[in-house]
Parts: sequence; C-alpha cells; structure tokens
Amino acid sequence: MSIETVTPRARPAEVPGSPASPRQSHGRPAIGFLLPFALLYLAFIIGPAVYGLIMSFFDASLVRPGLGSFAGFGNYAEALQDPDFWSSLWHTVWFTILTTPPLIVLAFVLALLADRVNRGRWFFRLAFFAPFILPSAVVALIWIFMYTPELGLIEAALSKIGIASPAWLGDPNWAMPSLALTTVWWTLGFNFILYLAGLQEIPRELYEASAIDGAGPWQQIRRITIPMLGRTTTLVAVLQVIASLKVFDQMYLMTSGGPNFATRSILQYVYDQGFTNFRLGYAAAVSMLFFLVVLAVSAVWFSLVRRQEKEV
Amino acid sequence: MRPPVEEGYAMQMPGTPHTRLSRRGLLRGVAAAGAAAALSGCSSEVLSGLTASRETAGSLEFWNLFGGGDGVRMQQMLETYQNANPQVDLSAVTLAWGNPYYTKLSLATIGDKPPDVAISHLTRMKNLVEADLLQELDPAVLARNGLGPDRFTARTWQAGLVDGRAYSIPLDTHPFVMFYNTDVCEKAGLLDGDGALAPLDSPEAFTDAMRRAKDVTGAYGGVVAFISETATPWRIFQSFYSQLGGQVIADQGREVVIDDAKATEVLTFLRSLTADGLFPSAADYQGSIAMFAEGQAGFFFQGEWEISTFQTAKTPFSMTLVPHLYREGPYAVQADSHTFVLPRHPDDSPERVDRALGFVASMLDQSKTWAEGGHVPSWQPFLESAGYREMKPQSNYASAAEAAAYDAEGWYSGSGSNFEIVMGSAVGGVMNGQVAPAAAVRQMRSTLSGLARTPSPI
Repeated sequence: MSIETVTPRARPAEVPGSPASPRQSHGRPAIGFLLPFALLYLAFIIGPAVYGLIMSFFDASLVRPGLGSFAGFGNYAEALQDPDFWSSLWHTVWFTILTTPPLIVLAFVLALLADRVNRGRWFFRLAFFAPFILPSAVVALIWIFMYTPELGLIEAALSKIGIASPAWLGDPNWAMPSLALTTVWWTLGFNFILYLAGLQEIPRELYEASAIDGAGPWQQIRRITIPMLGRTTTLVAVLQVIASLKVFDQMYLMTSGGPNFATRSILQYVYDQGFTNFRLGYAAAVSMLFFLVVLAVSAVWFSLVRRQEKEV
Repeated sequence: MRPPVEEGYAMQMPGTPHTRLSRRGLLRGVAAAGAAAALSGCSSEVLSGLTASRETAGSLEFWNLFGGGDGVRMQQMLETYQNANPQVDLSAVTLAWGNPYYTKLSLATIGDKPPDVAISHLTRMKNLVEADLLQELDPAVLARNGLGPDRFTARTWQAGLVDGRAYSIPLDTHPFVMFYNTDVCEKAGLLDGDGALAPLDSPEAFTDAMRRAKDVTGAYGGVVAFISETATPWRIFQSFYSQLGGQVIADQGREVVIDDAKATEVLTFLRSLTADGLFPSAADYQGSIAMFAEGQAGFFFQGEWEISTFQTAKTPFSMTLVPHLYREGPYAVQADSHTFVLPRHPDDSPERVDRALGFVASMLDQSKTWAEGGHVPSWQPFLESAGYREMKPQSNYASAAEAAAYDAEGWYSGSGSNFEIVMGSAVGGVMNGQVAPAAAVRQMRSTLSGLARTPSPI
C-alpha cells in the first residue's frame, strides 16, 4: 500500500518512458510473481464459482454426468419457498450472533490481561492460543465428551453443586449455545493474537504521558487503548462474522444438525442437498443465495473500514 | 513494522538489475532441476499416483465401510484370502460409512475408476442400480462361482433383486436387536428356568419389564440413543411401526403413506418410556453404550454389531430379538444387509469378474468369522450348520433375517440417508419430549412430501 501512495508523487519527477521508471520496472516482475497465485485462484476459486453459478440454473445431479435439464430460476424459487432453507439460514445467523460478540470482547479482555502480565507472559499467550491449533474433529470429540448427557463432565460437575443441567446437545434450545461455547473456546486464540499484536503497536509514551496527566488505568483503556485498537477491532469483527457465517464442522460433527434439525446451518443444508440428496443444481442455487448474504455483510463492513481509513 | 520493509524492498530493486537477472536465472535452474527430478527420480510412483494407472495383472480393489470390530474381522478375512491367493494384488480401502461413502463410490464409478468389489447396504444398492452404476450379475456366472440364489437366505436374496435381476450378493443381515443385562434381569425375575429372557409380548409387558429392571439398577430400565443420532431412533420406531403393518413411503418414494394412528401409537409408547423415567430422556450413542456397560440400564437397543463392545467390557449380557409387542401383524424388525456389489468397470473382461466373484465367495466362506461380530450370515451353508446354532448369543436372533423390515425404496431412502435423518430426528424429538407425537407425524409428512415431490436426481 505504501508503494501505491508514494509512486504517484514520485512519477512527475521521472522522465516519462524511461526504462528506470519504477512503474515499468515493477510491472513485469509483479505479474510474474502474481501469476502462480492468479492461475490457482482462477482454477480453484473463480472457475468453480462460475461453474456453480451455471449449475444453479440446471437440475444437475451428482450421479449423472453433465448438467441435466435446464431449470431457469426454478432452483432459486424452490429454495426461497423451502422453510428448511430459511430455518437453516436463521441457524447460521443465530450462531453468528451468539459467537461474534464474545469472540471480540473476550479476546480483547484476555489480550489486555495477557499483555499486562509481567511474569510468565508466554504461558498465557500459549494457553489462550493453544485450542486454536486443534483440528475441528478433536475439538468436537473433547466437547461431546464433556456435554454427554448423564455421564459427561459438565453434567457431573453441575450435579455435584446441585444444579440440574439440560441435555446440552440434545435440547433444541441449548444445542446452539452449547455449540457457540465450544466455538468460542476453540477460536478465541486467533482474535486474541490479533489484539495482542495491536496492543504492542500502541506507543508506550501515550500511557506515560497520560499517567503524568493523572489518568487512571480504566481511563487509559477507554481513552487510549480502545480508540487506538479501532482498526484491529474492525478487522477482527469482519473476519469473525465471515468465519461464523461459514460454520459447518462443529454442527456436522457434534450434532449432525440436530436435535430435530435445530442446529443445521445453511452450509450443512447445502451439503445435505448436494451430497446426500445428489441435487447439485439445487445445492448450487442455495450456495449462490448464501453467497449474496455473505457479500452483503462484507460490503457493509467494507464501507465501514473505508470510512475509518478516511478518518485516519 | 510493515511500511519500512516494503519501502526498503522497493528502493533496492531498481538499483540492482544484475542481481535480479541472476536471481531469475537461478530460479529457472532450480525449477528445471526440480522438474527433471520429478520426472526421472520417482517417476513410477508419482506418475502412477497422478494417473491412477495401477492396473497390473491380477489386481483387486475392494472398498468397504467397516470400522470397529467389523473392521478387525474384515481384515482377518482379507488376510485369509490373500494367503490363499498370493498372486492377486489385493488392495482394500476402508471409508467412513454413511452418505460420504456412497458419494465416493458413485463418483469413482462415474469417473471410470471404480473398485472391483465394494460393500453396499442393500437399501442403498437399489439407488446405485437406478443410477446405472452397478454391473448386473449373470445367473450363469454366479452359479459358476458357486454363488447361486439357493445358497442365500431367501428373504435377503429376494429383497436384493431389482426387477427380478441380481446386482448384489448379500453378506449378512444386521437387525436391530435387544441386549439385556443377565444379572439385572435375573434379579428382576425376568428370566425363565433356562436363563433366557421371558418373552415380552405387549407394550404393557415391555413397560413392566423396564420398570422391574429399573428397580434393580436404581437408574434406568433400558436405554436407546437418540441425541446427536438419527439412525437409532428411526430403527426402534420402524421395528414397532412395521409390527403394526405401517408403511412410510410407497411407489418408489413418490408417495407418503404414513398411517397417522399407527405412527402416533408407536411414538406415544416410545415417549411414555422416557417420560416415566424408564429410559433416559437424553442419551447419545456412546452414552447409551456406557450406561448399559456400567449396568445403569438393564436393556439396550441397538444393532447387533455392538456385541464386541460388551464382550470387551465384560458386561454380563445376552441378546435377543426386539420383542414382538404389536401382535396385529407378523413379527417384523428393522434391518439392513451388507452386500457385495461390482461397480460398472471399464474393464469388463470375464477374468476380472471371475476374480471379483472368487473374492466374494472367499469372504462368504468365512461367514463364521463375520458372524462372531454379531451379523446374521446370509450364507446358508454356514447359517444351517451346527457351528452357527451353537454360536450364542448370535443365533438367538437369527430369525430376524426372515422378518427384516428394510427401509422402503425411494431415491432419498436407505441406510444413513436423508429419509432416516428426517424420520429419526422427529422420533428423537418425541422421545426427548420436545415434540408431541401428532406434531412429529405432521413434521414427517411435510418433510417427506417435499422429497417425494422432487423428481429423482438419480
């Protein structure tokens, strides 16, 4: 980004068309370096996406070669009329609502605390980040074990202090919060690291100066730390919302979308339609609709970032 | 930290054109050397891996979905085959069961890289036939390999025919069964003089037995899994619902024919078990196993394959048929069968087919090993032998094979299918107390109607 801002100012001073012009001498190698990525991106992201878009207008089947018969907007109309589509879309949104605030606030608080610890700081960093490196299957197994009705760790612990626990993964009202809790524990580390990095970029002088002016720790957090971390928070929020919207593993592994479909996310709906029911065309149409949702969310966040950057 | 690095890099580049050239040359050299190494050094394995052209003479690829105790036994059987046929290059692939297995099998066949022999559930095999993915088995060729229809359980063989034609060879029947803790049942006075469970022939007798078992265990009478699990609740529902003569779908899945009264009756009965605390109102698959193994429940309802689990856990147990509670119809119990199928293969030479069928015959000859894992063998020569009759508790429920209630046909039906997920979710909701029986039946009908209306994608 810094190159972009520097070049326009430098260019008038250059002799136009000179071989030493930074623009030209950068251009070709840049394309060369970008080419491997661009080719892979074209082959594995753009290509399949376009193919998916085309497929969504056909009654494509997983077990028949070719695209099948043309369906027009039939698949889209069917999806929009299917209550299962709307309920699974809502499950994904509900999961995002449940996970995003704690994953931002908790990550910030823990990063703040870990940053202030003087001794054994490495331990706290490791402890909060460690779950993030676990594969989803391992996380699912650990938490299924803890949530097991009657015999599980949580139920046993709660019954010792006289609290009757619900069927964590078996009660439709509790299943989603239980999955959200698992997810918070699992993915907190990523946001935590981003915040920790952000905290270390805040100049120490600001704290010293404000301390001399008589600011207490709480005021320092409110007036210095939080504003200075604004861009980090935007980044964390965008990444988190998109990550939460993409939820699939936890539900697939821990509840298989149950009980009674209460935790089936939109991606699992796509999976069920495409790979279980072999209806690739319909699944592609649902994916496209979901893509529009993610696109809209990203656009909102993107405009926020733009505004923030203009302010800075 | 970021800006300085980028700027520094940007400033250095134009000033040092020579380094750039030589660097590029170096990169080229490295790339060329790497390509050469890839082509020559490890060519055979890498290339054959890339092109999957491992078609040596006498190879046999076998796909199955057996994990746990079944996986161990299948491995033994494969070793026996390999020792007897050392000239065959056997490669066995084990994949996780359920939808992903059938997806992979379908895609491999469509992509002309199918295994020579694969395991398929009987209820999924018909959709594979529908999709034109399986090779029809010529009766003469089957007979030549000693695999004529007369050598299999009649019900299993008949259930596997599609329009009267054979596409699969049944290995077993795996019914839903009742496990019971012999210590608990003895204390509860539920055993007869010979130490076998006295028959439970009505819902009342069943409930009474559960209550007496609960008094002994102090926790629960019986346990069945229905949390994070859809196949098991479907199986227990289908067993009792079939005894009432109920059907769920008809006409290749194009019609939903749920009988409200019968379905509600079974659901109400299942709910009464959890509502009265005779069954836990929340149990997942592993949890239900643990409860039975630890003696917290006197009865356990699951497929017979869990036999090895309790033998390993040294639980005092036996197994029998799921009770015949509803006497309106003949005995019925939910079951499916593992079958061998020959996916459509680009190489349709008779040698390859004979090799594949010879392998199947060898597996069937080892039905004893297979039956130890609980499955009811379809192979008559073993099923009718004294060796099987003496195999306890496996032979207690052998008659389940003739009373098997297979999942009805439909493009969305079969073992581990969406149909089972839809049905099992509703049954689980009832047992958990979240959904009333009548509402669950409505939910089943509306979801299945949606699937029934959808033209088959196969």
